[in-house]
Amino acid sequence: MATLLRDRPIAAGRATGGPASAHRFSRRTRLLLAAAVLWLLGFLLLRGSGTLALPASELTDLHRSLNLFNGWIAENRDGNPVFMYILTPLRSAVGLVAGFFMAIFAASPTGEVIPVLGWLGTVAVLTWIAFAIGNVKVALLTAVVFTFFGVQGLFIDAANTFALVLTAVLLTLIVGIPLGVLAGTSNRVQKVLTPVLDFMQTMPTFVYLAPLALIFLIGPASAVIATVIYAAPPVIRLSSHGIRSIPENTREASDSLGTTGWQRLYTVQLPMARRTIVMGINQSTMAALSMVTIAALIAAPGLGQVVVVALQSLDVGTAVNAGLAIVLMAIVLDRVTTAASQRAEPSARRARRLSGRARYIVLAGTLLLTLGIVQVSRSVLWAAVFPARLNMGAAISDGVTAASGWLQTNLYFLTHSFRESVTVGILNPFQSLLTETPFYLLVVVIAIAAYAIAGWKLAAVTTFCLAVIVSLGLWNDAMVTLASTLLATVIVMLLGVVFGVAMGRSRRIDAAMRPMLDAGQTMPAFVYLVPFLGLFGATRFTAIVAAIIYAAPVAIKITADGIAAISPTVVEAAVSSGSTPWQVISKVQLPMARKTLALAANQGLMYVLAMVVIGALVGAGGLGYDVVAGFVQSSVFGKGLAAGLAIVFLGILLDRITQAAASTPGRKPGARRT
Amino acid sequence: MNSPVISVRNLWKVFGSGGEKVPGDAGLSGQSSAELLERTGCVTAVRNMNFDVAKGEVFVVMGLSGSGKSTLIRCLTRLIEPTSGQVLVDGRDVLQAGTSELRELRRRKISMVFQHFGLLPHRTVLDNVSYGLQIRGTAKNERYNTSQEIIDLVGLTGYEQHYPDQLSGGMQQRVGLGRALAGDPDTILFDEPFSALDPLIRRDMQAEVIRLHKEMGKTMVFVTHDLSEALKLGDRILIMRDGEMVQVGSGDELVGSPADSYIADFVSEVPRADVLTLKWITKTVAPSTAHDAPVLSVGTLIRDAIPVVMSTTSPVLVSNGDGTILGQIDRDAILSVIHGSGSRTSDGPASGNRTSVDAASPAPGSHHDEAVPIKELPREKVSGQEAVV
Repeated sequence: MATLLRDRPIAAGRATGGPASAHRFSRRTRLLLAAAVLWLLGFLLLRGSGTLALPASELTDLHRSLNLFNGWIAENRDGNPVFMYILTPLRSAVGLVAGFFMAIFAASPTGEVIPVLGWLGTVAVLTWIAFAIGNVKVALLTAVVFTFFGVQGLFIDAANTFALVLTAVLLTLIVGIPLGVLAGTSNRVQKVLTPVLDFMQTMPTFVYLAPLALIFLIGPASAVIATVIYAAPPVIRLSSHGIRSIPENTREASDSLGTTGWQRLYTVQLPMARRTIVMGINQSTMAALSMVTIAALIAAPGLGQVVVVALQSLDVGTAVNAGLAIVLMAIVLDRVTTAASQRAEPSARRARRLSGRARYIVLAGTLLLTLGIVQVSRSVLWAAVFPARLNMGAAISDGVTAASGWLQTNLYFLTHSFRESVTVGILNPFQSLLTETPFYLLVVVIAIAAYAIAGWKLAAVTTFCLAVIVSLGLWNDAMVTLASTLLATVIVMLLGVVFGVAMGRSRRIDAAMRPMLDAGQTMPAFVYLVPFLGLFGATRFTAIVAAIIYAAPVAIKITADGIAAISPTVVEAAVSSGSTPWQVISKVQLPMARKTLALAANQGLMYVLAMVVIGALVGAGGLGYDVVAGFVQSSVFGKGLAAGLAIVFLGILLDRITQAAASTPGRKPGARRT
Repeated sequence: MNSPVISVRNLWKVFGSGGEKVPGDAGLSGQSSAELLERTGCVTAVRNMNFDVAKGEVFVVMGLSGSGKSTLIRCLTRLIEPTSGQVLVDGRDVLQAGTSELRELRRRKISMVFQHFGLLPHRTVLDNVSYGLQIRGTAKNERYNTSQEIIDLVGLTGYEQHYPDQLSGGMQQRVGLGRALAGDPDTILFDEPFSALDPLIRRDMQAEVIRLHKEMGKTMVFVTHDLSEALKLGDRILIMRDGEMVQVGSGDELVGSPADSYIADFVSEVPRADVLTLKWITKTVAPSTAHDAPVLSVGTLIRDAIPVVMSTTSPVLVSNGDGTILGQIDRDAILSVIHGSGSRTSDGPASGNRTSVDAASPAPGSHHDEAVPIKELPREKVSGQEAVV
């Protein structure tokens, strides 16, 4: 980024020089072309040499020493002071809290003890909480959905997932809100935190897990810790943003009356940032659910576990059943926290039908009722354990399995031919272009491209990232992942531009699509795999399709916002000079939204990468497979850890390049023609 | 006169790194703001400012946007930290005050009304008005009682439980005014309080301020970019340009004898008969004038003298407060003011009787003993007067 900032005045200076600017841009284009030609030539001439392919079962020395490291940690867990005084107590404390909630809502992991509250009590308590922080509507939704979990035969799993989410969100808020408030009030804290948060959000969810399992062992405690790390950034950022976006004159007005720092915080900053902070809680909650389900890979109990086991045995019916439960859980969590954030709005507070006191009375009354139900639930068996005859779980799974089988048999021609034509026609050639080019040549090509985009610094960063991947011994797997990622990103961007432009140009289309996209974004990454597994079976292709569907909403939304943000005057001017709609799009709106498009590509790419990696669960190869294998077999643990690192560096590489592309100055009109 | 409530001495505010060196460095402080920006990258918002505000006075700071007036008013309570100089409030230097002393000053002595109101959207009108009292730890009952009185005073009775976004701009500013008044400060600072309001509402609010000033007698420092507002409200007006004071004086002094062409240009659109008093057109009594001619006070606005002068063919005598005849005016003198309006600034007091006019303390409040002396008029303007006479 610093390079870019420094480059900008130079570019601007040259741009004013007329011919010189044309020269600069033509040089950039020429460099990119040269890189492409070099790549193709190298591929044709040197194909198959220097590919650094490493068979799945083979290890490098580095992987072996990481295996040893794993063993070393296991040996020293009880003796090393860092473990004894910091990490192990942390783990026990977190485990204690998680265990507490799990015991209350679900049961102890062995499943023999009846949950403290019983299923009816759990439903009642959660409904009451939804009513207290939200409203009657979301309370009803909560009651219906949690009862339905019982019908699905997944009540204990859902309650476990919820208990973990609750633990993680509580810890996230305890850490995140004070940090966010600090970052909002102190520039220094903000400066330190921003790059850390950026980094945390660039990392695909997957890669936190292995190192955390290494340190904290597998189980609920590590799952909660991983979730806190993943879920904290949104609430920190939004708390800080909420405080920073308070108008300067309001702060000044309160200062002019002689407020102390604390008074300012309590009377101005926190109340005014309240809604934004609650929005942050909403985002963190959704992130937490997403991570808790993925943490099934490190033995976190709950719905994620059911999905993982089902995916591994390609049991589509069970996976869909559990996936549906995750989706419903996401809807409930999203609705309840959204209702809470709407409640935080001043206008909503005054429009309430009940005065403060009447509301307290209602809350107290319903709480008594809830406690009564809990008491029933603790004393009557049908209210404690969900009645087995209402359990439709098996029926749902069987139905879905049958439907999936029918689809795969009867739509075989469609799904299979579609899958095969894309795989053979596009994916395979592109993947071999990446995997069969000698690695040194590809490094040079990417470095040249990076230099052309944003100068030496970016070239150095990309070369470093690639060098790390090479030295991790996972170059070939990384290229397999990269191929899927890039292909999916291209399609995501096509979708982003088509739907984004349509939404940006029409209020009606926007209004129709936005709720769907919002819903799509709140879903945990995991559940996207399930339906496509049912359609396409376990292949790379399934992972790519899931990644596209997972990443498209964010790309579409960013593009739509970018198009909509273009000044209407400019569009009006273009129309008044007689442009056709197509001309307005191609000559005005898309060029003006160029930066937004690059940002959409950046975000789309990060989402796709995260999903392609998780796609290893349904048969995608590459780095994701190494990571998953590392969880399962201790003999390839080191390789999995290395693959996690490789994913991080691949992510940094892609993030930096697209960010640089997003912030390079726009081309001068004259330079276009050269 | 009263001892000043606020005295500003050699006040500087220079934005930018290294700005603190500018006021002390003779080489730098002598340069113009543009040169300073070029050489050091610093922006001089307030430059070597000196003025006094007397108790009970409405002191207006006027200038175009970017002239540093809003910075100046914020320097008075250190909402913006001044670079150097002194701000004496009741003899104590605000710049030397510690955190708690400064807080006490803001809580009890000086409060402020802002251009964009700065109300707290999550609090009702009542809670906004009582905010300052809450901050300083007043008990709930007491602060609500006080605030209710203030709400009645600023004309918001019945809106206590409304939220700011349910009120019009003018009413929101009444809340801002109420909040500033609730703490019963000695001085109220106004930072362009009405420039975000519609013209009609602005007029109401100006009348409101005049009324409150009459009722409560608070000292007011009022920043505006609107000359008519300045003339309407100000006992004295300080005109700023590029962070510097150009002229300070009562409204009729600025219009009658602008310090330089900048001010002359500034006030050229002002309807002069509405601002100038008879002192500016009084001439020595001619021998032919009848002794029983009508007599007007020297403090009368020219506009208000028109009916009297027009009702008689002979000149009208002008007296000061105690009945001494200072001179006379006639139709020609009034017509020349009205005719000259908009282009000329010719009607300085005739040099012959300047001393008597100066002694005749014209404006209400009369705090401008130390005001900038009336300067020599530019030449062509003097000749303009000759042409008329």
